[in-house]
Amino acid sequence: MSEQVGTITWISGPVVRARGSRNVGMLELVEVGADRLVGEVIGLEGDQITVQVYEETAGMQTGAPIYGTGLPLSVELGPGLIQSIYDGVQRPLPLIEEAMGSFIQRGARFDSISREKKWKFTPKVKTGDEVKGGVILGTVMETETFEHRIMLNPDDSGTITWIAPVGEYTVDEPIAKLRMGKEEKSVTMLQRWPVRRARPFVNRRGANTPLITGQRILDTFFPVAKGGAAGIPGPFGSGKTVTQHSIAKYADAEVIVYIGCGERGNEMTEVLQEFPHLVDPRTGRPLMERTVLIANTSNMPVAAREASIYTGITIAEYYRDMGYHVALMADSTSRWAEALREVSGRLEEMPAEEGYPAYLAGRLAEFYERAGYVNNLNGSQGSVSIVGAVSPPGGDFSEPVTQHTKRYIRCFWALDKSLASARHFPAINWLDSYSEYIEDVAAWWREKVGKDWLSMRNRAMELLSEESRLSQIVKLVGPDALPYTERMILETTRLIREGILQQNATEAVDAYSSIEKQIRLLELVLYFHERGMAIVKRGAPINLIHDLPVVDTIIRAKSTITNEEMHKFDDIQKQIDQQMGRLDAEYRS
Amino acid sequence: MSEITVQGGQEVLGVRRIEGPIIVVEGAANVSYDEVVEIQDPRGELRRGRVLEVGEGFAVVQVFSGSTGLSIDGTRVRFLGGTLHIPVAEEMLGRIFDGLGSPIDGGPEPLTDRYMDVNGLPINPTARIYPRDYIQTGISTIDGVNTLLRGQKLPLFSGAGMPHDQLAAQIVRQATLGKVAGAPQTEGEEFAIVFAAMGVKNDVADYFRRSFTESGALTRVAMFLNLADDPPVERIVTPRAALTLAEYLAYEREMHVLVVLTDMTNYGEALRQISNVRGEVPSRKGYPGYLYSDLASMYERTGRIRTSKGSITQIPILTMPNDDITHPMPDLTGYITEGQIVLGRELNFAGIYPPVAVLPSLSRLMKDGIGKNRTRDDHPRWGAQLYAAYAKTQDVRALASVIGEEELTEVDQKYLQFGRAFEREFVNQSFTENRTIERTLEIGWKLLSMLPKQELTRVTLDEIAQYYKGEDASS
Ligand SMILES: Nc1ncnc2c1ncn2[C@@H]1O[C@H](COP(=O)(O)OP(=O)(O)O)[C@@H](O)[C@H]1O
Ligand SMILES: [Mg+2]
Repeated sequence: MSEQVGTITWISGPVVRARGSRNVGMLELVEVGADRLVGEVIGLEGDQITVQVYEETAGMQTGAPIYGTGLPLSVELGPGLIQSIYDGVQRPLPLIEEAMGSFIQRGARFDSISREKKWKFTPKVKTGDEVKGGVILGTVMETETFEHRIMLNPDDSGTITWIAPVGEYTVDEPIAKLRMGKEEKSVTMLQRWPVRRARPFVNRRGANTPLITGQRILDTFFPVAKGGAAGIPGPFGSGKTVTQHSIAKYADAEVIVYIGCGERGNEMTEVLQEFPHLVDPRTGRPLMERTVLIANTSNMPVAAREASIYTGITIAEYYRDMGYHVALMADSTSRWAEALREVSGRLEEMPAEEGYPAYLAGRLAEFYERAGYVNNLNGSQGSVSIVGAVSPPGGDFSEPVTQHTKRYIRCFWALDKSLASARHFPAINWLDSYSEYIEDVAAWWREKVGKDWLSMRNRAMELLSEESRLSQIVKLVGPDALPYTERMILETTRLIREGILQQNATEAVDAYSSIEKQIRLLELVLYFHERGMAIVKRGAPINLIHDLPVVDTIIRAKSTITNEEMHKFDDIQKQIDQQMGRLDAEYRS
Repeated sequence: MSEITVQGGQEVLGVRRIEGPIIVVEGAANVSYDEVVEIQDPRGELRRGRVLEVGEGFAVVQVFSGSTGLSIDGTRVRFLGGTLHIPVAEEMLGRIFDGLGSPIDGGPEPLTDRYMDVNGLPINPTARIYPRDYIQTGISTIDGVNTLLRGQKLPLFSGAGMPHDQLAAQIVRQATLGKVAGAPQTEGEEFAIVFAAMGVKNDVADYFRRSFTESGALTRVAMFLNLADDPPVERIVTPRAALTLAEYLAYEREMHVLVVLTDMTNYGEALRQISNVRGEVPSRKGYPGYLYSDLASMYERTGRIRTSKGSITQIPILTMPNDDITHPMPDLTGYITEGQIVLGRELNFAGIYPPVAVLPSLSRLMKDGIGKNRTRDDHPRWGAQLYAAYAKTQDVRALASVIGEEELTEVDQKYLQFGRAFEREFVNQSFTENRTIERTLEIGWKLLSMLPKQELTRVTLDEIAQYYKGEDASS
């Protein structure tokens, strides 16, 4: 299938040049050198072919051959993706370990999807049906509870001349035959799709359902919509990875694609060892049964890191096409941008800002554009939501990757080093962050919890920005100079910060907050504020409010009251009434 | 020579260009990328180098010991056909090597037929074991609030003139496998130590050697030394050679290995120098765009794998130019390592040892190695509470400097007292003091007891009932 198309003339890190055929295609997959390492054509000029190689090139020689394949870099799509862990070019890491031991050696070639495993196929179309690309031909249970819908390749259409009966098939056995014009084509459960080409859909729908993550500062304050895109920039140690892990665990998506892009090996191992033992509250099944992992860690080849983002998003789109909500985490997009920069640097391309190639912005745009809540070709609806971590050098948000990312996302979760140092987690700065989905998802909240989330949320934000103004004054003159009404605001915002915004990802009760719990906590804090303010206005000293026992109770509620014990919040409300009631009576006269 | 010498390697004569530590060699065919070369200078002496780039009929070679004395005509280059390998053996413990792995202690070449590529290979994430066993270092700011685990990479971020060497030596001397608080201390399994010096002065290397000798550890230490007056380019290989031995000891001989790398900032400068000579497009401060990947290729050689009982724990030391934590070396290191221990100038001036600036320090793996059945149940919340209280202290100090201490509220005054005591009693300890985890927890609770109970919202009410000893303990 592959023939020699050139001879290597130059090698520098992951970039190789060869001279040879003029028939090699741009972005064609090639095999490079005696070990036939996988690479991709990234430049053509006359008879010169430039290739980025997805494996370590040490030991490779000039004069060695390169072979063409005639195909673009593609992923394999079909049942068996879920629960897999792949490298950046979709090689299954467990098989690599089995064959090569604990260290990844070069030249590994494995099918991304098992050819041996049989899946029980149930047809959904009949002979004679006219079918278009994307149509669901049948289903298989990919896990005990997850239905994988076998779709016709988006580029195909025709008449079904044969469909397999219910039965067990491997992914490369035919399950249907299709007449396309004069040709008859046999269809299997396996599809290949070029990673750099977005999978088609009919059109985009409005993104007005929030992706619920169970993280209070996200859902309540800066929600991302299903099909939306969020960026989470922050210096090292500020909480990008922990936040992404939390979203991967708790988001109300049906499929999670988690891309460890140029980050730590141990973090991927953590997911691998933890997720099979964590239960998805919605299905009661292990979290791993809705997860696909792509791990191209910082010490794995840099060109494969560049590809990992595309491998991940293509898999996400494939599940979207079945009618599912998919959430994709990319940790970190900055490492991907650096991979682009490294390859570009080796090619001696003209750099733009900080050595990044001029096409950085375009690549980021293309990636985030692949998020969306869409009407699929087969009439179903599905979404891909993207949460991209950004790692700005020195924590400086004015750098190119953060700045360009901001242009293509609508939700910005700005992590803050000083919050992290004070162990205020998640260290998302509430004044620097924003979500442009707030108005869009307000109706959903009203319908779902029957409360006016939007005005409560805005009231809390108002208090927080008031706090920021007041604390400037406090820094200059101390708190005593403030009138009690303003100090009441500071009492309340302390409750907001410590009782709502702070959320400990490592604590069982606190790690996931249902939306009911989130809104109830907010309601209580605002109620506390209204009652307290009324009392203070009548002249009660602020320390009486500060010393109320209920303050401590409210701050602790997030970790003492589980999602199932909502009635306990009513007790807290009673305590507010009692304790405030006493003060109220005292200062009424 | 340490690497496998390939017989009949290809020899060429033509050096086309010499610039800094880089030479461009002409007339070589079938050169491999990253191949080792042997260079014979006009006086007949041999040097080593490796291929950085190969093109048609030319190769760009980095000469480890620099190009001083090389000439266009009288230099011969022999391509040895393989990448750089070093011998590895258990007997290398107790020995001293140069920055490329050749013995410099007068002893013989290690007797072994096991040679390993200094570049190593990436560990497959599926083959790793997630670290969970804590190392008791006897230092409160580490064990208590930035716990180090076996298989973790935790750098020391320091600055010129600060006692990072002492702290590293103390960690190495005191490190044992951690126990549950209160459990009797048994003789901990001892660590093998791999020490790599890059561009540090001789007295630094000497300090460590003496410290290893005094603690009787010398027979468990292998030292790789590239000192300040050694060729800078060699520094690129030194940490890799050290880690190659560490991997052999940890993953093939099942030992627990502690790797100390100092000073990584010098390593970074050597990398920058080569990159600049080659005219590569720089990213920040002249460092090459691949600095992150390059550092990761070393720092990620840490951890545990399923096929061995051994582990590699890394303690890289970096001096931050101008104490600037956003400088590319500490910055990119922090993005790769599993936390950082930051030394603070002000604490150092105040005579606090070790001057660990607690707030910017972090151990990312701490959460997985402490708590119930590991240290003590309250440990995670106790730690978060100390952090929160000390962070609050900083705000109060700032306020006090504006309005004066007397104007502070009563609670804020307590924070000031807490802060001072925290630095003097918790952070401060002597170079020889080896605190048990229990003792560290006890000191922490004593300090927290200086604050009113309502301030302690990170610990549970039960924990307050059990450990709080403040004035209002009974109320
Ligand atoms: N929500 C959280 N709850 C508790 N701890 C957190 C939380 N977020 C971050 N942390 C702490 O901060 C550390 C660094 O977080 P991490 O996500 O690894 O940072 P980053 O990816 O930004 O470098 C973690 O190891 C953990 O100790
Ligand atoms: Mg991270």
